[in-house]
Amino acid sequence: MALTDLHGDIVADKLSGSVPDSVEKSDLRNVWIKSEKLIEVCQFMMSEDDFRMDYLNAVTAVDFIDHFDVIYQLTSTSTQQRVTIRVSLTGRDNLQIDSVTKLWGGANLQEREIWDLMGIKFTGHPNMKRLLLWEGFEGHPLRKDFL
Amino acid sequence: MSIRTEPMTVNIGPQHPSTHGVFRIRVTFDGEDIVEAEPILGYLHRGTEKLAEERNYVQIVTLTDRLDYTASMTNNQAYCLGVEQLLGVEPPLRAKYLRTMTAELQRIASHLIAVGFFLQELGTFGGTPLMYAFRARERILDMFEMLCGARITLSYMRPGGVFWDPPAEFWSSLDQFLKEFPDDLSEMEDLLLNNEILMVRTRQVSPLSAEEAINNSVSGPVLRASGVKMDLRVLDPYDAYSMVDFDVPIGSVGDNYDRFWVRMQEVRQSLRIVEQCVEQIEPGDYRLDLPRVLRAPAGAESYGKVEAPKGELGFYLFSDGGVSPYRMKIRSPSLINLSVIDRLLVGWKLADMIVSLGSIDLNMGEVDR
Repeated sequence: MALTDLHGDIVADKLSGSVPDSVEKSDLRNVWIKSEKLIEVCQFMMSEDDFRMDYLNAVTAVDFIDHFDVIYQLTSTSTQQRVTIRVSLTGRDNLQIDSVTKLWGGANLQEREIWDLMGIKFTGHPNMKRLLLWEGFEGHPLRKDFL
Repeated sequence: MSIRTEPMTVNIGPQHPSTHGVFRIRVTFDGEDIVEAEPILGYLHRGTEKLAEERNYVQIVTLTDRLDYTASMTNNQAYCLGVEQLLGVEPPLRAKYLRTMTAELQRIASHLIAVGFFLQELGTFGGTPLMYAFRARERILDMFEMLCGARITLSYMRPGGVFWDPPAEFWSSLDQFLKEFPDDLSEMEDLLLNNEILMVRTRQVSPLSAEEAINNSVSGPVLRASGVKMDLRVLDPYDAYSMVDFDVPIGSVGDNYDRFWVRMQEVRQSLRIVEQCVEQIEPGDYRLDLPRVLRAPAGAESYGKVEAPKGELGFYLFSDGGVSPYRMKIRSPSLINLSVIDRLLVGWKLADMIVSLGSIDLNMGEVDR
């Protein structure tokens, strides 16, 4: 079975039917969802028969200066479909988003890395410490305003 | 009468001969049993992702060499695939075969290191298997030297193809290698695969169930040892993998032995792929004629991924139209495979700890980036 990328609009359609008010926008590859609905959406993606996204490939974040995007790439090991979920966070200070560690253990170290390098806090994470740099380091190096 | 014990916390690393680089782990023991294990990372952090934002697309190839320095070829490959997706170009057929071939040679070299050190950490036979493994790896490194002048930090691949066409001496050494290496490998397999001492030490030690492996985003041989048939070379064939035929070996219980066994089998399969590539490759261009300074369209993004020897290696690239990527994220398999470290270690004994670490096959260059 070959890997296929699900069309963002199709995923957005299904999501808006089952988790109301969750989708912000969508395009060919990505679905942008509201940050307060993240856990609900992830639970739906995990349990819904059409998706069964049980494998979290990667979590990352991008600094777009006026907002940050947190990107979750999910794969289903049974249907070999892939989908990319994005959450936009506006502002630069005290950024917070729910942790998905309880759903996918694989997010644990990656969320710590994002906090370390991008400065986005994950609430509900069991061990929200810096991963690569030491505690007491000032700033978050991957932000565009760092150096 | 049982002896009363108190929990004791011990630091292992970052300077420890068997932790595969500057890896530090804080372990709490109750007697000889591990009750808690926490990896502490960052001793080799060089800020590769930040550095990439200041380099142009071709220069970044040299940065990728220094991630997993036992498998530079596959790092180059993942990055180049990402840039090609970003630019919307495809390398010539000969380049695809050359990439597939060299990547598989690199996989053999990397797996030989993994297996060799794994056995060394078991203390088997005073280092004989390690020497066997390094003897074969040395020949691969010699061939890489003929290809591009470097043995470890290769930078052989470029966006749009490879750096050079291999010289004639490379082909003759490769032929000789393909003739002689299967016998060397059989020698290793005869010594190891059914070895009773090895089995007693590694069977049923630190098993990892398929559910746990999937939930923790584990990839590569560690995931396949747990019985999950996930291999990007099959699921999403890149370069010339759709034109060659090979099997994906999977384990059953995901214990230390299975992880070792899967790697040994993969070496055989990689040999098959290299042989087919040598048969199928035809003369032609080895690189696209691209400008020295590449520019991707603004807003373009791509995710180049390969099945590296350690698992799924991915490069997420986002371009703002400039000469360097706006953001480069490296999905490093070694780091994410570390998510299961406490599950593998807790409940087992001190003597199994280093062996289990070896069975995951960490590379700190890639963990810390």
